[in-house]
Amino acid sequence: MKPAFPARRVPDGAPLLQDYLSASAARRPDHVALVCDGERLTFAELEARSNSLARALARLGVERGDRVVVFADNTVQTVVAFWAVLKANAVVCVVNSQTRTDKLAAMLLDSRARALVTDARHVGTFVEAAERSPHLAVVIVAGAMDPSRASGLRGLTSWDEVMASEPRDGAPPRTNIDVDLAAMIYSSGSTGEPKAVMLTHRNMLAVSASIVAYLGNHEDDVTLSVLPLSLSYGIYQMIAAYAVGSRLVLERSFAFPAQVLKALATEGATGFAGVPMIWAIIIGTKNLAEYDLSHLRYVTNAAAALPVPHLLRLREVLPHVRIYSMYGQTECARISYLPPEDVARKPGSIGIPIPNTEFWVVDEQDRPLGPNRVGELVVRGAHVMRGYWERPELTAARLRPGPLPGEVVLYTGDYHRIDEEGYLYFVSRMDDIIKSRGEKVSPREVENAIAAIPGVREVAVIGVPDEILGQAVKAFILPEPDAELTVQGVRLECEKRVESFMVPKHVVFVTSLPRTSGGKIKKSELK
Amino acid sequence: MDTKQRIREFVTSNFFVQDAAGLTDDASLLDLGVVDSTGVLEIIGFLEGTFGVAVEDDEIVPDNLDSIERITAFVGRKRAAAGS
Repeated sequence: MKPAFPARRVPDGAPLLQDYLSASAARRPDHVALVCDGERLTFAELEARSNSLARALARLGVERGDRVVVFADNTVQTVVAFWAVLKANAVVCVVNSQTRTDKLAAMLLDSRARALVTDARHVGTFVEAAERSPHLAVVIVAGAMDPSRASGLRGLTSWDEVMASEPRDGAPPRTNIDVDLAAMIYSSGSTGEPKAVMLTHRNMLAVSASIVAYLGNHEDDVTLSVLPLSLSYGIYQMIAAYAVGSRLVLERSFAFPAQVLKALATEGATGFAGVPMIWAIIIGTKNLAEYDLSHLRYVTNAAAALPVPHLLRLREVLPHVRIYSMYGQTECARISYLPPEDVARKPGSIGIPIPNTEFWVVDEQDRPLGPNRVGELVVRGAHVMRGYWERPELTAARLRPGPLPGEVVLYTGDYHRIDEEGYLYFVSRMDDIIKSRGEKVSPREVENAIAAIPGVREVAVIGVPDEILGQAVKAFILPEPDAELTVQGVRLECEKRVESFMVPKHVVFVTSLPRTSGGKIKKSELK
Repeated sequence: MDTKQRIREFVTSNFFVQDAAGLTDDASLLDLGVVDSTGVLEIIGFLEGTFGVAVEDDEIVPDNLDSIERITAFVGRKRAAAGS
């Protein structure tokens, strides 16, 4: 049996992540903090709405340390819910809105979520997942929903109803301290099962302070983000903005590039975060000069390496903009950044450690390696995760003893080299995870989805280079002799089972698959 | 098959529609989660390949592409402008 939290203590002013919002609301209440869905919310309004929701969550039985899943797009409600869950002394877990029913149910079950905050748009997905989750006591749905779609769902209530019934001033009493969990972020592992990265308030405060320092963020910044808040890279766009009391312009996606470019211009965005796919589209936009991007001070790339030709081309089309190539992983959010003044001299590098962290490269015997030798990257700092939620073996593999007695450092599972000047170069992943559109794709998860299609005898999934996506998912299918499979049919079946970024772009039918002497599929021979 | 039917068929046979009842002609494809960034690019590829229209960068906006009805109207305007 695990020890429980001790009896309630007197609040002692522990630094917690939600202080970013509350402090900004106290300092500049009337400044517009969020532009989203056609709304403009001030810091005071965001503070008030998140207070109401936090009180509602507490009233509905959410306690210290409970997990609350937020299953929604980049909406005003998602932003409010993020801060409200923290204020309710609970753990916020934002899940990608494209997640299908089975996976959402698996996450609700794995996290034993006490509450779910979601949107009526996703009624086709969440109702069944919620019904399968015995720990779920509360389901708060934003937006207009036909009640018959969720009749009988335990704890169902509407966003408007809970917000109307709660006062807007003051959050529930604080009980957390900074080593408590603030967030969990699910990510794909090589086994294909979702695993959740646990992040404490201290982890998130540490990395936010570091990001703000190297990007030079200040209160007059306007950050525009199209990245889902379910991603580490996405959520830190908001957190870093509020850390300095600046504005976040939140778009739902980059599906309509012209709309985003227009927003960058009209909102006077000073910072913009992207992934390689976004830069490929921006570089290819013929009328880019028609958008007034004169306020734009910096752009950042992360999630996957920006090909050097694209990086250099981006410098040409945005000559006044500082370009940050960055690298990170959910397990600690951010690891390195390339100072923009070094882009010309080291365009293929992902740079130096973010402030107040360090890294080194080791061989298989854990011996530190000298310049330009390739090995596993190890990261040290207060930003390193608490571990994977209830996965001690996985955690022990990634968090291992560090230089000081009792401390742990993060073994990234990525091969890198570090040059004579300490600049980092990504070489490859140690597992076979595919990075497509900046999202992690587990080949195993896609293979499982395809193998479930009638007529599929065997399948192997790999990543192949792709100009726009970084990597594209490619499936090799060995069909049953009389199966009538089509490429379109396979893709549609995948769409039902996995998020659309996991659906193979390329599907080929083969009569045999290359094998090792042991009979295993030899993926290294597929391309 | 008329234009609207062909577009509907493309959408339903290429994307997963979790909420079939909600996919009315004027429903937002993005809101329903039917398409995302690459989905929009696929729709453009379909329109260019099937209807012979050329979609410009600044035409890739929700007003033209975010529902079956809007896509149909957009194709109609493009073809009229092209004189076909």
